[in-house]
Amino acid sequence: MKKPQIFGLFAEPGRWQRIAFALLPFVLMVLVYLYFSDVRLAENPNDKLLPSFTQMAEAMERLAFKPSKRTGDYLFWNDTLASLQRIAIGLSLATLAALIFGINMGAFNGLFALGNPFLTFIAMIPPLALLPVLLIAFGIGEVGKVALIFIGTFPIMTRDMALSIRAFPREQIVKAKTLGASDLAVVYKILLPQMMPRLITALRLSIGSAWLFLIAAEAIAAQEGLGYRIFLVRRYLSMDVIIPYVMWITLLGFLMDYGLRLLLRWRYRWYLKG
Amino acid sequence: MSILLSIVDVYKQYGDKVVLDNIDLRVRQGEFCTVVGPSGCGKSTLLRLILGQETPTQGSIEINRKPAQLPDTNRGIVYQRYSLFPNRTVLENVVLGKTLTEGRWWDPFYRNKFHLEEALYYLNRVRLADAANKYPHELSGGMQQRVAIAQALIMKPPILLMDEPFGALDPDTRADLQLYLLELWEKEGLTIFFVTHDMHEACFLGTRLLVLSQYYSDDRGAGDSANRGGKIVADHVLSRKATSAEVMQDSRFQQLIQQIRQEGFDPEHLQHAKDFNLDHPDSFQTLLASEHKDAS
Ligand SMILES: Nc1ncnc2c1ncn2[C@@H]1O[C@H](COP(=O)(O)OP(=O)(O)O)[C@@H](O)[C@H]1O
Ligand SMILES: [Mg+2]
Repeated sequence: MKKPQIFGLFAEPGRWQRIAFALLPFVLMVLVYLYFSDVRLAENPNDKLLPSFTQMAEAMERLAFKPSKRTGDYLFWNDTLASLQRIAIGLSLATLAALIFGINMGAFNGLFALGNPFLTFIAMIPPLALLPVLLIAFGIGEVGKVALIFIGTFPIMTRDMALSIRAFPREQIVKAKTLGASDLAVVYKILLPQMMPRLITALRLSIGSAWLFLIAAEAIAAQEGLGYRIFLVRRYLSMDVIIPYVMWITLLGFLMDYGLRLLLRWRYRWYLKG
Repeated sequence: MSILLSIVDVYKQYGDKVVLDNIDLRVRQGEFCTVVGPSGCGKSTLLRLILGQETPTQGSIEINRKPAQLPDTNRGIVYQRYSLFPNRTVLENVVLGKTLTEGRWWDPFYRNKFHLEEALYYLNRVRLADAANKYPHELSGGMQQRVAIAQALIMKPPILLMDEPFGALDPDTRADLQLYLLELWEKEGLTIFFVTHDMHEACFLGTRLLVLSQYYSDDRGAGDSANRGGKIVADHVLSRKATSAEVMQDSRFQQLIQQIRQEGFDPEHLQHAKDFNLDHPDSFQTLLASEHKDAS
């Protein structure tokens, strides 16, 4: 008997088939875009809504490879750097806090009783509603944006850490105690290393919302950044800038996720196999 | 040999449900004590009490004449699962106890040549030196349990507790590991408290066999209203002649199995608490007046 390759519950598509399948929706999307863009541009060459790829390339060349007349900066790279820096700081702080608070809260019942109700409450605050507060408190500098990313991602990651520690097999903790571990050793030598891959997974899931909060903050108050640029050029209906920027943000998010996935596969095989 | 473990008048209740009901037990050093009984009779609960993972509702548990504390190096444990740390290699798993007690556990780069040598020695004992650098998920179930045994043994625990350690293994591997364990017990002079629901395993391994069961009667009335929990309903001395699986074919072995089946596993066969077959010289029983009216 030969298994079907494409159709049915037992289909086993081959390697090249899978790659082709994965690419198919992308190709379709590009084709559909090109078609409608061509139609509109044929009607009105000054149409701004669906710019051609050439127009986008020109716009991006201007932003990426020609210094800005006003400031002398390469705006695209400046924006990228500013946004990445904010995301990196915000997410790193949130991850670190989630690790420390989550692990201790999960492991020590007293700390859990203290922190969990509060954290559950905090997690319900819509972070975007806090944006004005942050801007008033921290001004339009970097702190407010980083704080928004932190506040938006930290509670969920912390809760995920705490709850997964509590679901951790009790046997492992008892086992460690019989091997002479102190309470601190249990937390930092036994639990923490086993929680790392879990933390990375939680981080991966937070990347999307971190970008959301960043763009929102940049849209409202910033002098540079990918989100700032998009909302700035919106006034001129510059879809030739907005579309490549959105693609670029998507790509950055994807690469961050992919990098973490590689890290998991490289360092934490036992987690994926176990 | 002196008394290592002493349990007196121990009860364990979960909510209203009595799981362990007035347990009395003394175990001598060097004993290979097996506990068998039907599923749900409280074997694992008894083991967790000795381990210190849980506290008795009533009664006292002493190890080496000192009240049992929270889990510590005074007891080793091998579970059916979760004994190994999946993020550590076999060697790291075995050496961990040494690092935690004699090394600098907070130092991720800490290595001690003597500790590693000792870990390798124990890995050799369970014939797994070749797998030292593998991760647990790369090993078969039987190999994992051998690592778990080495990991516990390196701490030289006064008593090694095992909760159905071979329960998830296929029959051949299981037989192999039983022989391994007997060999280790003999050579290292271990004291083992071994819980299983398999009567053959319990009879084959032990020098002393306890039957724990909720199927018995006493003077607290009939039926479920008495809210009886598991008791040690039989306590046999086992003579150890051969360390080979052949004894299992022996007719006396078969007879013993039949007897245990009746004593512990047959809900129809309710022995009165005063008539329990407590042959073992270390065995003792303190029945309350409610359990046995004539006793008082
Ligand atoms: N933590 C617990 N909470 C409530 N009931 C429990 C708990 N642990 C065990 N029990 C109950 O105690 C009884 C004995 O359990 P256990 O000791 O695991 O039995 P065994 O190991 O002999 O199969 C079972 O009826 C089980 O439902
Ligand atoms: Mg059990």
